This record gives sequence, structure tokens and C-alpha cells, in this order.
Amino acid sequence: MYALVDCNNFYVSCERVFAPQLEGRPVVVLSNNDGCLIARSDEAKALGLKMGEPYHLVRPLLEQHRVRVFSSNYGLYGDMSRRVVQVLSRFAVGVEVYSIDEAFLDFRGMGLLEKDLHAYGVRVRDTVKQHTGIPTCVGIAPTKTLAKLANKLARRLGTNGVTLFEHPDQWQQVLAQTPVEEIWGVGRRYAKKLYDLGICTGAALAAMPEHWMRRHLGGVVGQRLWRELHGQPCLEWNPAQWDDDDHLHPAASGRHSVACTRSFGRPQHDAAVLSEAVATFAAKAAEKLRKNGLAAHLVTVILGTSRFAAGPDPSTHTAVVSLPGASYDVSVLTQAALRGLHRLRRPGVAYCRAGVVFSGLETAGQKQLGLFAGTAPDQQRSQRLMATLDGLNAKFGRQLVRLAAAGAAKKPDGKPREPAWAGRSAHRSPLYTTVWDELWQLR
Amino acid sequence: MVASLHDFIASAHVFTPELPLFGCAIPAGFPSPADDHLDAPLDLTRHLFRHPASTFLARVSGDSMIGAGIHPGDLVAVDRALRAAHGSIVVAVVEGEHTIKRLQMRAGHAWLVAENPRYPPLAVDHSVGLVVWGVVTHVIHALGGGQPTG
Repeated sequence: MYALVDCNNFYVSCERVFAPQLEGRPVVVLSNNDGCLIARSDEAKALGLKMGEPYHLVRPLLEQHRVRVFSSNYGLYGDMSRRVVQVLSRFAVGVEVYSIDEAFLDFRGMGLLEKDLHAYGVRVRDTVKQHTGIPTCVGIAPTKTLAKLANKLARRLGTNGVTLFEHPDQWQQVLAQTPVEEIWGVGRRYAKKLYDLGICTGAALAAMPEHWMRRHLGGVVGQRLWRELHGQPCLEWNPAQWDDDDHLHPAASGRHSVACTRSFGRPQHDAAVLSEAVATFAAKAAEKLRKNGLAAHLVTVILGTSRFAAGPDPSTHTAVVSLPGASYDVSVLTQAALRGLHRLRRPGVAYCRAGVVFSGLETAGQKQLGLFAGTAPDQQRSQRLMATLDGLNAKFGRQLVRLAAAGAAKKPDGKPREPAWAGRSAHRSPLYTTVWDELWQLR
Repeated sequence: MVASLHDFIASAHVFTPELPLFGCAIPAGFPSPADDHLDAPLDLTRHLFRHPASTFLARVSGDSMIGAGIHPGDLVAVDRALRAAHGSIVVAVVEGEHTIKRLQMRAGHAWLVAENPRYPPLAVDHSVGLVVWGVVTHVIHALGGGQPTG
């Protein structure tokens, strides 16, 4: 058995933990750069506000209903997510962090310890709420795909927030009422194909023969889906690892790229500003790379112009730079990214977003020595330097130690410096739990 | 005062992972007799916070708990994993706001009591019920004073 624990309206719930007056009131959270709605409280959903709606379009409606608006505060959400996972890890032998607000629990063999899995699910949910303040829903089923389905049901029923599928007739009944596109693993493309074939519900899909799924739904992927829907677990299990300091390291396997991309507050055409942005993103992504013990062969730089700009050009441009050998060294990766930027940038064109993606990943220790990748002592020096850099930044936070190419972290007066490309976040709540200067205040 | 408080917390963080477990790197010579006895350095965060996932730090800005040794500018640790009891100092939710007070049960009625005579005790509204956000486990108060040497 597996359990899927999903945090309800997670970003909104994080804001409410530190602002109890928002309980019962409509609240929304905006995407990076205050672009569109990415989280809504139940009250906001009831007003008809949709996911992804552009902020400037729904603004009158938000004001009319006095909806509380927040810019996204990923520092806070990330810390609360970590806390939720830490609480969850006491309830199962393994936790797989699926996203910032969802985690699977390994309940294999749990039936031997707990007679009543439903009651156990309720305990998980109550404990997470008590310890972190975050409300969740729990779906428990023999496979991850069915646990996902059970979770959706738990959320929809809104009873005690826990749904358990133990017998096939329980999930078959639910599958019969589930549109096929809501089944986990059925993408938009397949959903359309299935509708064209008259297969509209999860039950209709599960009723197809296994070999049909294999032939028509992506080979082994389709076959896995068939088995999952029939209660035979066959998806990978990638539990997070905890180190000796109780720090969580999500499973890195299956990862094909590591990226950092952002929208700018205002369109930018200045070469220096763009370089600073790209260097900053390269450094952030490089840090992610090292955290996961990975090294990259390919550096892709992305520049985006406004999607609404007139002109024949596509709005996204990319340049790929390949390295002589896999690297996790911030100076190597930043240099490559800046080379890509140099190739990509057209003078006079204003860009709205930029990003850096590292791919061609391999485990850092096993990397092959490239012909020009430097000698072993060089590599040892780079490794020590990166370890020191990560250590310092872990201590002092927010990339205080960085390459000059990424721009200064602080102004001469010691205050944090907002780079020119920084996104709008006019409504961000304080970083209550991660920054001393913004610490939660009690009267 | 606040600056030194920062230093105090920072030092708890800064020094812990740094000290080597085995410090002996002398190629020829007698190994340090302490090498077999090196313990991990003391970690104040671990010592103070029994439930790190559910413990939140907050800065106190009011003087209503001054009698309990909680001064404006102090840091408090609030643990959500603990059940409040008679006499606990708690963070409660009153009219949508957080407030830090001592919980007292008198004749079956819950009261939120300040530790400062200027603030009257607050009877918990039966219809709303008592919403305890967490239990205050520690107060970190900087004493200030002293001059850096060297």
C-alpha cells in the first residue's frame, strides 16, 4: 500500500499559518513576478477564480470581493514543505517527495502493524495539521496511481480528508466516475486519443486489455498504467534520504535536468543586466546540481521575449553549450552560460525571461576526465572550493558568496540589493521562518 | 543587544559543522590521545528544540510577558507538537491575531493571563473556544554588555 499526502491549497495554507485572520477569507497567491494566480483558497475558488488567470485581468474581481493577494514567497513555502515532510517521515519507512506540496508514503507491510489503515491515515493528517498548521488530504491504495485517485476523492468529499481503497470494487466504482484525463499518467495527448476512441472514464480505460494499453499508450508506460489501475504496483519508488543532521535529500535518480528560470520585473535589453541575471541563475542551478551530487555536460541558456510582441520570431530562444567534461563548478558553468548568452542575445531586443538549464547529468564522483578538463589536482581544488562555497552560503544564506558576474548581494550600506531584473513581488509576506530580519513577530 | 543576539544564534550555527572529527594529520609523531575521544560539538539548536519540524522562532515585540522574563526584542521558541496545560505559556489566536500569554484554568474556564499588571486577563470566549497555536518552550534573551577583544 501507498499513501499520497497532498497539502490543501498549500501556498495559501502557509500564509494562513502566520496570519490566522485569513482563515475563512478568500486568499490567492500570485506566480513569480505577480503574473497570474497559482494558488487559491476554497473561498477564492468559490468566487469562480481560476488557476492561471492573469492577475491584471482578475484584479477588479479580487478587489470587489476583498480577496487577500500574496506574491509567491518560496522561501516560506519551501521551509514549510520541509517541515511537513519531516513530520511525515515518522509515519512510514520511506517518503518520496513528489512536489513541494505532495509526498508519497511507503505503506508496504503497514497492514501488519496497523489494523485500521484509515484511522492511521487520519492520524497522519491530524499530526501534520497539529505540528505544522498545514491541512492535508490522504489517499491510501495499493498503487501510487490509485493513491493519487483516492487522494482526489478525499479532497472532493471533504469529510475527514482520508480515503482508503482496499478492495478492487472500491476503486472500480470511483474509476467509473473519473474522466480519463484525471487519471495520473494520462497526458493531454493521450486523453484526446482516448476520447476519440470512445474511452472516456478511468473504468473504460482499465477495462481495455493489457496488451492494448501496451500498444496504444506508449509501450511499457501504458502497460505500467494498466497494472497500476489493477492494483499491481509497478512504478518506481524513489524515497528521500536523510543525512545525519536530519536534512532531507530528495531522490536525484530519474532527474534529467536541473534548471533555474525567471521572468523579469520589466523587459531587459541591457547586456550587463542580462549577464548578471544569467550568471545568477547559473549559480543557483549549479548549487542545486551539487546538492544532488550531480555534474552536467550541457548548459542551455534560454531567453524569452514577450509572447505578445509583434513580429515573426518565436518568443523563446535557446543556445546550448557543451562542456569538455561534466562539471559542477560554478565558474565553469557560469562561463559556459555567459558564452551561450553572448551567442543568443540580439542588441536592442528586450527580453522578459531568462533561464539556465543543465542537462547531460551524471553522478559527480563517476565523471569522466575530459581531454581539456584539467588535471586531477585542479579537480580536487575545484571540489574543495565548491564545498567551501556551499558551506558559506548555507551558513550566511541567499548566495552571499558568489562570482562577481552574478552581481553584488548587498548594497554598500549592507542592505540586500535588488537586481535590475528582479521580478515584481509587491505583496510578498515576510520570510517568517528563514530570514532573521523578517522573523515572525509576536506581540 | 539585538546584534549580539544575532551573534549568539549565528555562532550556534556557524561552528557546529566546522570542527573536524579527527584533527590528527601529523605524518610522524605520536597520535593525539584525544582522537579516540572526540565527540561531535554541542549543537544548541538540537539541545533546545525537541521537535525541530514543529518549532518556530518568533521575535517578541510587546511587554505583556515581562514578568515571565520575556522582554521586547527577545526570541521565543514555539513548539506546535506540545499540548498546552494549566500554567503553560502559549501563543494563542485571539480575534485573528497571535498573542503570547500564560494559560490558566480557573473553575473550568480558560484564561489568557499577561505577566504585566497593565494588561487585564482575558477570558476565553466559550463560543469561539481556545485556539492554541503552540506552546512557548524557551526564551532567548541577550544580556548585552562586554566588549569584543582582539
